[in-house]
Amino acid sequence: MACHLPYVWCAKRTLCLCQQTTLMRLEPRTSISPLATASAGLGAIAFTLVVCALLILWANADVFTAYGAIFTGAFGSRFAITETLTRATPLIFTGLAAAVAFRARLYNIGAEGQLYVGAIVAVAASMWMTNEAGELGLPVALAFPLMIAAGALAGALLLLIPTLLKTAFKVDEVVTTLLLNFIALLFVSMLLDGPMKDPTAMGWPQSPTLLADLEFSKLMRRARVHSGLLFASVISVVLWCVLSFTRFGLALRAVGASPRGAAFAGISVNATLIKVALISGALAGLAGVGEVAGRTGYVTLDMSPGYGYSGIVIAMLAGLNPLGVVLAAVFVGAAIVGADAMSRVVNVPTYIADVIVATALIAVLVSGLLTQYKVKWR
Amino acid sequence: MKALELLSIRKRFGDLIANDHISLTLARGEVLALLGENGAGKSTLMNILFGHYVPDSGSINVFGETLTPGKPQEALARGVGMVHQHFTLADNLSVLDNVMLGAEKLTRVASGHSAARERLQQLSAQFGLTVSPDVLIRSLSVGEKQRVEILKALYRGARILILDEPTSVLTPPESSALFATLKKLVADGLSIIFISHKLDEVLAISDRVAVLRQGKLVFEGVTRDATKATLARAMVGHDVTRVERAHVEPSSSATWHDALPLLRLVKVSAVSPDSRVPLDRVSLNVRAGEIVAIAGVSGNGQTLLADVLFGLVKPSAGHTVLGKRVARIPEDREHSGSVGDLSVWENAILPRMNDLRFFVWGVLKRAAARAHATSLVKTFDVRLSSIEQPIRRLSGGNMQKLILGRELSELPDVIIAAQPTWGLDVGAVAFVHQQLLDARERGAAVLIISEDLDEVFALADRVAVMSKGRLSEAVPAAEWSRENIGLAMAGEAAAA
Repeated sequence: MACHLPYVWCAKRTLCLCQQTTLMRLEPRTSISPLATASAGLGAIAFTLVVCALLILWANADVFTAYGAIFTGAFGSRFAITETLTRATPLIFTGLAAAVAFRARLYNIGAEGQLYVGAIVAVAASMWMTNEAGELGLPVALAFPLMIAAGALAGALLLLIPTLLKTAFKVDEVVTTLLLNFIALLFVSMLLDGPMKDPTAMGWPQSPTLLADLEFSKLMRRARVHSGLLFASVISVVLWCVLSFTRFGLALRAVGASPRGAAFAGISVNATLIKVALISGALAGLAGVGEVAGRTGYVTLDMSPGYGYSGIVIAMLAGLNPLGVVLAAVFVGAAIVGADAMSRVVNVPTYIADVIVATALIAVLVSGLLTQYKVKWR
Repeated sequence: MKALELLSIRKRFGDLIANDHISLTLARGEVLALLGENGAGKSTLMNILFGHYVPDSGSINVFGETLTPGKPQEALARGVGMVHQHFTLADNLSVLDNVMLGAEKLTRVASGHSAARERLQQLSAQFGLTVSPDVLIRSLSVGEKQRVEILKALYRGARILILDEPTSVLTPPESSALFATLKKLVADGLSIIFISHKLDEVLAISDRVAVLRQGKLVFEGVTRDATKATLARAMVGHDVTRVERAHVEPSSSATWHDALPLLRLVKVSAVSPDSRVPLDRVSLNVRAGEIVAIAGVSGNGQTLLADVLFGLVKPSAGHTVLGKRVARIPEDREHSGSVGDLSVWENAILPRMNDLRFFVWGVLKRAAARAHATSLVKTFDVRLSSIEQPIRRLSGGNMQKLILGRELSELPDVIIAAQPTWGLDVGAVAFVHQQLLDARERGAAVLIISEDLDEVFALADRVAVMSKGRLSEAVPAAEWSRENIGLAMAGEAAAA
């Protein structure tokens, strides 16, 4: 199943280089047993734990204490769990944005920019709907979906630009989406220092606060976890259904697996890519809406510690499966929150979270490859 | 002492015997032409000589010494050089860098550019291969790139030079320049193997000719004693086994001649970046109940014609008329005809994306789709372990059966099949042929584009030949002689 994934292809290319040095050779497996798949997954986890354990030892800390602290920090209490889930919420959105785009081989590296644009447009929508008395000028039932739609649309349109360049002129979307991140961020920065600067923020570049009526409701008292989590989870199920059970899903997967084969079958590759771009961009925009309406209430330039880029990692960890994205996002969220807590207990920097996630990704990629191929040494 | 001796080389791939005990010799200062259709085994033989493949049996002697099989470095070191049909040059490097690339020791610190430049200039002066050492490959013409390829081989000390279809990419003046160079090389004592299917060139340049057909050496002799006709016959073969076919004579029915053709091409011209040869005013009619085959050597515009018929390329002039239900069987079954990573059942419905049998309101009817795939698998005898497996895992024959079944089960009135049996084993070939003949009997208009003349004559009622983007008139198969069609394919004669 994972064979069509781009990263397996990349890894395979790398190993092909090894083949040319005649050290080793890859042979496709004729059948893939579920046992092999399961043991590959467990192997990946074990590999990650061992590698990170070495780093923790190097930092002169006790491995079990450190891992224990990470786990308790992420899942050990009601507060820990809610923090992990709060972290996971935007990551689910950006993970889905990457997963759906990568499935169609539209390499959207611009989720970070789309997130910020989605967030700032949500605030702009709130400002636009505020009347002179400083209250919501529209019924909440209308204004709330309007704000969400505006943020999603902003993200979608931002990704539409590089996608149209790709379909019309074959411009590489990896480059354009990546560079658009900086344009989007600087644009938001300009707004925060100009027309959308909060006059009450004592000079900080910060947007006005969203109207309280438009905020996402909290799921629990005295915790930051908000209804954006439910929203994201529902969307991941919907996306999974779309991919598996609809004509559009089949077209999307065909375009991703082989544009030529899809075109021959009469599927419009460009139309499919444009639809995918609108969905992917909207999802990344929703990540921004969720952050501003569920957590911060206003936009600052440090609102996202790279959620857009983490989305790519999460999508790949999940094997580009929308349901897997939820699990992968919780894992990454837990690593970040847990490492944060651990650094207060033992003397290991929080960077260990990045190492855990990165090692896990490499381990998952390699184990995915090994379930597909046999390695023969010469 | 012979420059090169190939002794009873045998190589098989699965059921296909690519080289069946082929023995050839090459003397010093000799040009040996190697003739043969696509798939005759020329490339396999050269790849074995060059060490890319290991032969099942047989041995190779170069200047009297046996070559270790499967070692390209050794072949190179003993003085075997090859100029591939598709150049192996780095576009963004200069001529000199390309020539040096790979010939330098990795551990050497000094670049050795000046010595290399001197040697390159000496070689190019000696053999009339003028190229400036410092220009980028990117900016060279095709003919100049080929000169660099030859220089590259000479720089590495090649004494035996293999040229794979060297003129297929050249203009006539470039070809004459190449021949002049080859004469100089031979005069210097080099031996040359010249792979081609252009008879004129073979007669003009070579001392001896060897003809391969279906993996066997079917002709070997001195060029002086050979004629174009004998070579064409040897290349194409005289003994052709026709598959049994019901004798339906479409032309016998009175109404048939008046029937409107179901497939019509009217002066279609087209260009495509993927095709070197543009289509030049191609016209063709295919009526119900007949099979028309387009024969030709690959690269004469057949792929582009197929793409026009498949609706992938818009013609720049002229127009096509197709019946309502068109079955499309593409040349490249792995990349066009199927999406390798999708499952068998998904592939079975992929071209039916607007079919209400499989989709309701955009939702996929998985049960119906699976049932359809299962019935195709049964009817068309596709061997697989599960319809859930990716189609990529099917063998070529089974993949083709599924594609064929997917198209023919819709009872099409027009069938367009490009290279329908390319790379299939004998059993699968017979199956595909039978299906096409059955469709013809049912009254479908069938167009087959094939490079395999046996296939063309086994199936076709009428045959047209494609050469350099132009299509000859389609005349009844019986009116073509083997010699005539061989010559027409080589662009020698207009029509039968």
